[in-house]
Amino acid sequence: MMDTALRLLNRLGRRTMMAVDAVGYAAGLLGESFRFVVAGRRHGQPVRMTAIVEQMRQVGADAIPIVLLLSFTVGLMLAIQFIATLSEFGAQSQVVLAVAKSVTREFGVLITGILVAGRSGSAFAARIGSMSVSQEVDALGVMGIDPVRYLVAPALIAMLLMLPILTILSDFAAILGAALYSSPMLDMSVQTYLTQTLSQLTPRDVYEGLSKSIVFALLITVIGVATGFSVTGGAEGVGRATTRAVVLSITAIVLADMVFSFFLNR
Amino acid sequence: MNDTAAPLIDVVGLEAYYGRRRILHGVDFSVRRGEIRVIMGGSGSGKSTLLRHIIGLQRPVSGMVKILGVDVGRASAQELLTVRRRLGVSFQGGALITSMSVGDNVALPLREHTQLDETTVRIMSRLKLEFVNLGGFHDLMPSQLSGGMIKRAALARAIVMDPELLFFDEPSAGLDPVVSAELDELILRLRDALRMTIVVVTHELESAFRIADRITVLDQGDVLTTGTVAEVHASENERIQDLLNRRPRTVEVDVDAYLRRLTEEDA
Repeated sequence: MMDTALRLLNRLGRRTMMAVDAVGYAAGLLGESFRFVVAGRRHGQPVRMTAIVEQMRQVGADAIPIVLLLSFTVGLMLAIQFIATLSEFGAQSQVVLAVAKSVTREFGVLITGILVAGRSGSAFAARIGSMSVSQEVDALGVMGIDPVRYLVAPALIAMLLMLPILTILSDFAAILGAALYSSPMLDMSVQTYLTQTLSQLTPRDVYEGLSKSIVFALLITVIGVATGFSVTGGAEGVGRATTRAVVLSITAIVLADMVFSFFLNR
Repeated sequence: MNDTAAPLIDVVGLEAYYGRRRILHGVDFSVRRGEIRVIMGGSGSGKSTLLRHIIGLQRPVSGMVKILGVDVGRASAQELLTVRRRLGVSFQGGALITSMSVGDNVALPLREHTQLDETTVRIMSRLKLEFVNLGGFHDLMPSQLSGGMIKRAALARAIVMDPELLFFDEPSAGLDPVVSAELDELILRLRDALRMTIVVVTHELESAFRIADRITVLDQGDVLTTGTVAEVHASENERIQDLLNRRPRTVEVDVDAYLRRLTEEDA
């Protein structure tokens, strides 16, 4: 009995240490990347513009169609639900406000974050993981090319730039989706719906979404690359790391979103 | 100049562990300028671990590793990156960046560390590809190359910055005899034509004896001997003779340790 309890405690302790270790490692990666962005050039380790642009294409531009499609669908779905619920109180005209606020503050950024976590978080983990397994990361290091500077910093910058942009696009698409469904129900033109949305939105709503998107960008990148670097165990390990990166970053995003919403709306 | 005074590589009392297992037992190792040194040993002898320490991929737990005058254990990350530009490493599996063409792989160190214009980079990297007999292969992707070609491309990348020191991990592993003989020739040419100091890690006896100026024999984390090919052949050490004559090792079983390994919960 005592023995099992001790063993459980032991395991709990080890897990905790491992978790603390992982968080520390991730924070270290983040700090190092920023250091290379700021001071890399001076030390002969510049973060290349071409690498950043290439990453921006991969994490940002290539994701636009799917972000637009999903956001449009979610916007439409929100409109359906809001109209159904609000019409019970005869308040269906409030759907404009409800959609506008919930999309800009919450859903736009959340959909974008989850999509990018699935697309790019896993891609970071898989790329860096398979590179570690085949000694490519070691090879970069012994060539005098810091792997963090070469692999992580461009991805981080690209994510920090592209996630807010994708979020704005997502906001547009979602609100458009809602407008297309709601305007006939509310007997107004799509144009009127959109003007009303604009007049009811405050900059603060948009900022809330954008500030979240910055945090999501940091979380997705750092979780993706950290799991990638810690891959052991060959091809199977890469697979496991990819799954882990997606699950962890989506969890982190949703938790961070809740914390943010709580503090920003007090 | 002062060749004997300052060895290019100087390892003193290096210890290495994986978990609780001790991989290297106080290894001393030094390499003079201009020689081809072979680190020879069976699998699990610690030769790859020694190599990883020398090129700074692992920091020594205890002992000292000095390379080109820089103490790897104490150097800052920046110093380490700088010294690494003066050495070339060809990894066992090649470790070419799979998303880049062979030409781009070879050109990578030049693009990252020099301000040379694109034409010069192209010419220099193709020169090195010609040197390893891969002329015209620059547009292929690493996945399109055979094992021997990957090794040669990795060698081209390792020497593209004209390093003073070249490391070669298992040049002949997994290659047919002809290709591995060709690689041996290449290594000799590198020393003679480009005056490089070369460290080769291998378990292939034949190749070791063909290229080595001196051989260091590692066994279970101990340096058994360091000497010329003739000296190694003449060695009376039983473990060296086992290795040379491909005799299976006689494992002495320590009964207590054996039982402990079987029963211990978190070994």
